[in-house]
Amino acid sequence: MYLYSLTLQRAGGVVCATNGNFVGGKTQEIVVARGKTLDLLRPDDAGKLQTLLSVEVFGAIRSLSQFRLTGSQKDYVVVGSDSGRLVILEYSRERNLFHKVHQETFGKSGCRRIVPGQFLAVDPKGRAVMVTACEKQKLVYVLNRDAAARLTISSPLEAHKSHTITYSVVGVDCGFDNPVFAAIELDYSEADLDPTGQAAAEAQKHLTFYELDLGLNHVSRKWSEPVDNGANLLVIVPGGGDGPSGVLVCAENFVIYKNQGHPDVRAVIPRRADLPAERGVLVVSAATHRQKSMFFFLLQTEYGDIFKVTLEHEGDRVAELKIKYFDTIPVTCSMCVLKTGFLFAASEFGNHALYQFQAIGEAEDVEASSATLMETEEGFQPVFFQPRGLKNLVRIDQIESLMPIMDMRVMNLFEEETPQVFTLCGRGPRSSLRILRPGLAINEMAVSQLPGTPSAVWTVKKNVNDEFDAYIVVSFVNATLVLSIGETIEEVSDSGFLDTTPSLSVSLLGDDSLMQVHPNGIRHIREDGRINEWKTPGKKTIVKVGSNRLQVVIALSGGELIYFEMDMTGQLMEVEKHEMPGDVACLDIAPVPEGRQRSRFLAVGSYDNTIRILSLDPDDCMQILSVQSVSSPPESLLLLEVQASTGGEDGADHPASVFLNAGLQNGVLFRTVVDMVTGQLSDTRSRFLGLRAPKLFSATVRGRQAMLCLSSRPWLGYIHQGHFLLTPLSYETLEYAASFSSDQCAEGVVAVAGEALRIFTIERLGETFNETVVPLRYTPRKFVLQPKRKHLVIIESDQGAFTAEEREAARKECLEAAGMGENGNAMENGGGDEEEKEDALSDEQYGYPKAESDKWVSCIRILDPRTGNTTCLLELQENEAAFSLCTVNFHDKEYGTLLAVGTAKGLQFWPKRSLAAGFIHIYRFVEEGKSLELLHKTQVEGVPLALCQFQGRLLAGIGSVLRLYDLGKRRLLRKCENKLFPNSIVSIHTYRDRIYVGDIQESFHYCKYRRDENQLYIFADDSVPRWLTASHHIDFDTMAGADKFGNVYFVRLSQDVSDEIEEDPTGGKIKWEQGKLNGAPNKVEEIVQFHVGDVVTCLQKASLIPGGGECVIYGTVMGSLGALLPFASREDVDFFSHLEMHMRQEHPPLCGRDHMAFRSAYFPVKVTFQDSYSLLVHF
Amino acid sequence: MDLKASDRFNINSQLEHLQAKYVGTGHADLSRFEWAVNIQRDSYASYIGHYPVLAYFAISENESIGRERYNFMQKMLLPCGLPPEREED
Repeated sequence: MYLYSLTLQRAGGVVCATNGNFVGGKTQEIVVARGKTLDLLRPDDAGKLQTLLSVEVFGAIRSLSQFRLTGSQKDYVVVGSDSGRLVILEYSRERNLFHKVHQETFGKSGCRRIVPGQFLAVDPKGRAVMVTACEKQKLVYVLNRDAAARLTISSPLEAHKSHTITYSVVGVDCGFDNPVFAAIELDYSEADLDPTGQAAAEAQKHLTFYELDLGLNHVSRKWSEPVDNGANLLVIVPGGGDGPSGVLVCAENFVIYKNQGHPDVRAVIPRRADLPAERGVLVVSAATHRQKSMFFFLLQTEYGDIFKVTLEHEGDRVAELKIKYFDTIPVTCSMCVLKTGFLFAASEFGNHALYQFQAIGEAEDVEASSATLMETEEGFQPVFFQPRGLKNLVRIDQIESLMPIMDMRVMNLFEEETPQVFTLCGRGPRSSLRILRPGLAINEMAVSQLPGTPSAVWTVKKNVNDEFDAYIVVSFVNATLVLSIGETIEEVSDSGFLDTTPSLSVSLLGDDSLMQVHPNGIRHIREDGRINEWKTPGKKTIVKVGSNRLQVVIALSGGELIYFEMDMTGQLMEVEKHEMPGDVACLDIAPVPEGRQRSRFLAVGSYDNTIRILSLDPDDCMQILSVQSVSSPPESLLLLEVQASTGGEDGADHPASVFLNAGLQNGVLFRTVVDMVTGQLSDTRSRFLGLRAPKLFSATVRGRQAMLCLSSRPWLGYIHQGHFLLTPLSYETLEYAASFSSDQCAEGVVAVAGEALRIFTIERLGETFNETVVPLRYTPRKFVLQPKRKHLVIIESDQGAFTAEEREAARKECLEAAGMGENGNAMENGGGDEEEKEDALSDEQYGYPKAESDKWVSCIRILDPRTGNTTCLLELQENEAAFSLCTVNFHDKEYGTLLAVGTAKGLQFWPKRSLAAGFIHIYRFVEEGKSLELLHKTQVEGVPLALCQFQGRLLAGIGSVLRLYDLGKRRLLRKCENKLFPNSIVSIHTYRDRIYVGDIQESFHYCKYRRDENQLYIFADDSVPRWLTASHHIDFDTMAGADKFGNVYFVRLSQDVSDEIEEDPTGGKIKWEQGKLNGAPNKVEEIVQFHVGDVVTCLQKASLIPGGGECVIYGTVMGSLGALLPFASREDVDFFSHLEMHMRQEHPPLCGRDHMAFRSAYFPVKVTFQDSYSLLVHF
Repeated sequence: MDLKASDRFNINSQLEHLQAKYVGTGHADLSRFEWAVNIQRDSYASYIGHYPVLAYFAISENESIGRERYNFMQKMLLPCGLPPEREED
């Protein structure tokens, strides 16, 4: 099996982000690392974040930093990754890509303990960069510029200290003195040797300053002082005249200002009033705002609260450190304060947001200060606060992120043309069910009913220089309706258009005259109101029209073509006639190229399955230049000029190329390149779009020419980041469409379908999926489909949270204390399933209050996916949490389909995994599958992590035991079990009498159930330890799995072994055969192995296109979706393996990780080809 | 590290040098405890380095990713508990 790996949806989660001025000029951009991809984002004028560039780097990005050489106008990006190399990138605006300026190798690849790349620190003046590992190694590179003002980098200087763990590194701002780097370090050498534990107890974190002596070219430890043992993060304090210099040390519960030769200034971080005493408060992300006259820091805690930290200082003496509650937003992994007054918050899970500052926290609020710090016998006295609504920030945009995808299924529940992807995303109060449909989202602006069924629609401007369209013209079977576009859209009769006949085409002609083509002639409406009519000769009627601003070609019935051109006086003049062999099916002329008199090519489609290119040049007018035969009569033609990328290798503009697009009657879109000079056709591609013949229309997207194709669903062909994309729109079938531009909507589409006129805009270009979001209450774990009623059953559970009742009680209390309980503004705390509520304390924004870690909350939900309504929600009681579920039909069909849910009570992971009890609940569907009723629950000895129906019984994986249950009156009845599994069973799949069991650490075990003996045998297992996170059954002998380290693999039982097992009539062989080293007698073979670079949480075999081949779809923790497609022919395999080989040589990945090494990070990559790699090239 | 001429061919000194350079490399006299400590520290460093893995842990423990990273770093101090009493030899 050979597979082609393709990313369907790029990861949404963010690892780290940095802001700066990467493009050059005044704008502010954000560089965001999403694990394997590097994105460049920019907020546009409307405050929407736009993605300028997204590059796949084929490596794990761990740290990002930005720096600027003094006097330069532009920032560079430094990337720390798993490549063992330091990479400095510069964004090139002309070519829209990141240019690798330097790549310095310093160590082995991979995320290792002593290979630097985990932390990056840059001198604020851009003179040096320090790259650090978790342990021991620190390397400093000196940055400078050469005579030609190019960035230079020195060889590395070492600042290693062995047996030392590094927590955080920053470059201290000390003006133009020697660069200094600060690090939080912990020496463990003593603790490793002292069996009494005294050394470990006394282990002390230190804040160490490393000075780079630029004169001596040498790094030395300048200063080291003990620091609070909870220290985890450093923040630079401005220096060199702008501030006191030094660093802020963020520690658990404290923020401490430290500098060499300066006493510590310490203040407590205020605590949420409802926080359990056992929990500390840790700062997880920080941002600095700097202006000429002032600076402050924003620190966000692990609960989402942001604090504003200010320093009272005189010169370089800090008198007081103040921490004031600022606002609460979802927990971020990175925050960027832009100079333009925006805050970019990269959420660690779920959607990211862009906030605008309304205030900078000058108003009265809870504040902790170093001046009022009180020390008692129990330690420092805490300061408490209560989170409140946003006061200083206001959210203006959000970027969708699926992170983390917990479970996924591809199903066609809504019976649409393509299946939908159902994903469970998010965590805690921000979790959701997202229904993804392939296609672009549209925003419907107006739908109005028309009198009759329209057949076509056009928009037309009055003057070529007008910004907006003036009329919408709708054609019916026997009439034409003209609507004028203004504040409102209303019918007019003074436009000059003939309204008693249907229209074939309406367009702007010349600079300011209008043309209407109807079956009996051409009506030319001059700007001053004069009307010229051209009538068809004899009884012939016009059947097809092609026109641009200066040229018109009409096809008469019988196959005669007449070509008109506009002359200097604005008259439409007949130029040439041409007799085609048969009736014309469709024709099109390209728009007049800029600076030219006419477009050179006319494309004509005939019913004899050919498309001809005719010349319109005066020299060889109506000569056939080329002929293309197609598989079916063409229905519609469009000549599209595509200028894909903005610049070539040398920075010069690529010449635009002209593509001939043809919609064929069999539903295929046919695309071929037209040679600009000779008119020859080459490089043909075809794609099936839908069941109806595609009609093609020209449109505008972001000011560039684009194409609308209307088949059984609409498609949009447009240019995005230098690539031409053809993407379906998530909208109903349309008859006819035209681009639309008005005051309210700059780039819209007007279309007719049925009896309605629709105006819509297309949103979020460049995305593959559009999503419908249904909020959930807790972290979703798994879901199943209730087969009969097509409802989804979802289990959700969270550790360390309060139940809904407890939360509600606490909230009431807190609101009463705040004196606003009487308002009664629907303060129910039902989680996400109630209607969108904008109350002051929505859980989505503030998170659930933390409970002790041994508390669990969980619920089982039945959801109707069509309406998004929850029809039943069972909250589990007494610390029980649901972990697995399945639907099961037992032998005796008394109850029909039942639901089995595996739960654990009082589960704890720390200090040792323990639980009070495990249960399997059996529920019955009542009220037509809308609700659940508990039949009984059966106690088991472990957590049932996997459940599966098997031959009218229930198979459960409980710890290391696989057990078969039958349904009893009061409880489940044990029928048979096998205790020989190594650790813990996490997945069970069945097929006929085979059972495929996935173990948490030991990959798959193939089992067989012998009904006559009532025994379960393991007859084959895997030789590789795999920490399974997802599994899927592919065929009788094959399983697909994914492990915790980001690998996807397929294993197969060899054919002869499989046959042997199946043909063994007595089963004696399996029974008595002994495996080696406690394993099973047979081993499965690994047939596919591929490192995704992201933890895959769900796998499924599905087909995303109707009639398309099946592929394996996977979803990951970082919120990306990918597909593995099997190759059909050997030729493709050869082609792609060679392409990949050449790509590896010619276009090595951006961050310096070797592509092959990355794909083989844990195991050698096997028969899987990459992906988007080939898409990287600008063809 | 500078090697003296006499030491240059001494395989032991070369090994020692490598041990010091590449933390976590095993040797013949490695105790069970030291071995486990190295494995654990390597694992924690790997978890910290691989963000998706960190996120995976964070989801299962319902903690923030920042807290999870901090916890793993803290555990690098004594990953396997206290060292055993050294046997006098």
